[in-house]
Amino acid sequence: MDFLNAILVTPFVEIADSPVFFAEVAINGLLTGVMYSLVALGFVLIFKASGVFNFAQGIMVLFAALTLVGLMEHGAPVWLALILTVGVMIALAFAIERLMLRHLVNQEQIILFMATIGLAFFLEGFGETLWGSNVKKLDVGIPDMPLEFGGILLSSFDLIAALIGAVLVASLAIFFQKTAIGRALRAVADDHQAALSVGIPLKTIWIIVWSVSGMVALVAGIMWGAKSGVQFSLSLIALKALPVLILGGFTSVPGAIIGGLIIGVGEKIAEVYWGPAVGGAIENWFAYMLALAFLLFRPQGLFGERIIERV
Amino acid sequence: MFYREAGQFKTSYTSDQAIFPIRQDLWFIALVLLAAFVAVPLLMQGADDYMYQAVLIPFLILSLAAIGLNILTGYAGLLSLGTGAFMAVGAYATYKITTSFPGLDIIVVFILAGLVTAGVGIVFGLPSLRIKGFYLAVATLAAQFFILWLFNKVPWFYNYFPSGTITAPPREFMGVLVTGPEASAQSRYLLVLSFVTVLALLAKNLIRGRIGRQWMAIRDMDIAAEIIGIRLLPNKLLAFAISSFYCGVAGALYVFSYLGSAETEAFDILLSFNVLFMIIIGGLGSILGSFLGAAFIILLPVLLTNAPQFLGFAMRADMQKHIEFMVFGALIIIFLIAEPRGLARLWQIAKEKLRRWPFPY
Repeated sequence: MDFLNAILVTPFVEIADSPVFFAEVAINGLLTGVMYSLVALGFVLIFKASGVFNFAQGIMVLFAALTLVGLMEHGAPVWLALILTVGVMIALAFAIERLMLRHLVNQEQIILFMATIGLAFFLEGFGETLWGSNVKKLDVGIPDMPLEFGGILLSSFDLIAALIGAVLVASLAIFFQKTAIGRALRAVADDHQAALSVGIPLKTIWIIVWSVSGMVALVAGIMWGAKSGVQFSLSLIALKALPVLILGGFTSVPGAIIGGLIIGVGEKIAEVYWGPAVGGAIENWFAYMLALAFLLFRPQGLFGERIIERV
Repeated sequence: MFYREAGQFKTSYTSDQAIFPIRQDLWFIALVLLAAFVAVPLLMQGADDYMYQAVLIPFLILSLAAIGLNILTGYAGLLSLGTGAFMAVGAYATYKITTSFPGLDIIVVFILAGLVTAGVGIVFGLPSLRIKGFYLAVATLAAQFFILWLFNKVPWFYNYFPSGTITAPPREFMGVLVTGPEASAQSRYLLVLSFVTVLALLAKNLIRGRIGRQWMAIRDMDIAAEIIGIRLLPNKLLAFAISSFYCGVAGALYVFSYLGSAETEAFDILLSFNVLFMIIIGGLGSILGSFLGAAFIILLPVLLTNAPQFLGFAMRADMQKHIEFMVFGALIIIFLIAEPRGLARLWQIAKEKLRRWPFPY
């Protein structure tokens, strides 16, 4: 009875008691959600363009952040380190296309998926061999002070992070909708063969897509790294991006954003209000269960293309 | 003695449908089994336990888990990333059953634990009717995280032990100590080997029959399978149940015969990935491949760890760990590029070649 009470009654009483605190929790969740969205975005870009379920996206976040911090530790100023890291991510995209994807064309999806897990192992070892494995502090000069709006406490860092995320998403949307390369990318996402037959160079497109997701990974890495230090656990948020993908649909950019926000908010609220009833730490699996429950009703996700199967 | 089936006449359907229709194959398997059951224990009489503890026992246990996952992923086409969690269910179920009923035979306990795991597998397999592919993989990830969290949070599962670990109590089978800290490596090895032999044979037969063919039809195209009259839900759930049974027994052996005591961390997502690697590298949809893949994944780190010493240069431990990761990742990619259908396929090619040798034309 106590247990049922703690699940069904107390949380709502608490919410009604102090709506300001609830708003604070929800907004905090939204800001975490932006981070999830950024990682999920990298997944979606690659999945759309090459049909590869890129498990290494999380490690790419870690790798980009590690490279940035490593360069800054060697005395490079922030702007130079940023440019160099972008260069490294593009070089990485080239290498992945040349050495891995090109040889795996026409393989089944699960093989490609496994290859990206191999890539994840490789990048993790590579990054840590280059830059060491201890926790690093990343400071890119974003101010972190508490701000107050109508009684709700916020951190300026989180706000700026959300803003940068929004700018990134908007510029990606413009890139996809308005530029020639963006159109080519969408064509490839639609149908590889048709895209090839109208003269779109598939290999170049792949390199561009992997570079773009590398840069998205860099932004995500900076945000997470500045918040909680650059360390291995950074790559684990990639696993959190999976339920986000499911919620939003594998092929939808807006889906990744909204899915990330839903998961971020849902997870925080569940942890704060329902966590104590079941012993806490439910953040670990709540997102998956939410996604699972969701899948039963909409197998293709919120914005995914409807799955039509023919014999 | 050439590897030929020429001259081996079949006079009945039963002999035509034997597991190993070629006599040389049968002899080969018999030889391997003889070596594993008799020669290895005899040869290792005086040696220390390193070989058992670092190579043989984990190899056999993880082969069993790989067979389980191969049934689900390789034969029924349902991708799962929750192997570690199902193994954990087996381990914790064994622990609970054997501490609640100490008089029960340990073999029976293992099988009961497998059945419990099968039940859990069915529950988490329920979404598989509506979703498939990577969506299903994420659904099984939910199992992975949820089950481990549950075992961590509910003290009942580890008998309110303050450190939260489960420890294998000493249990005897036919008068020989087979689990617990006092049990000799040899007896634990033989127990694991017997389990793996019996269950592997069962699996081999299962997938040759009606059930296995139905699974393969579902794997190749589930809608088409449904149209020719294969009922999807019972078959998919059966695949989940049997696969989970194998994983559960493997998990039980993992704690009781290999680790001795464990926390939930022993069954984290890395273990799930390792088993998945095994079946991909060994070959999807092949029982033999499960063994080959397990051998590859077990031996590779052992070799990588020892390689610098053989080559005569020392490395800092953390540096070596990172390089191990790199080599492991790179090897997996190279392997997938070279032979995406796995070691089992290489074995098959070798057999084809051998059949023509030494006169290929």
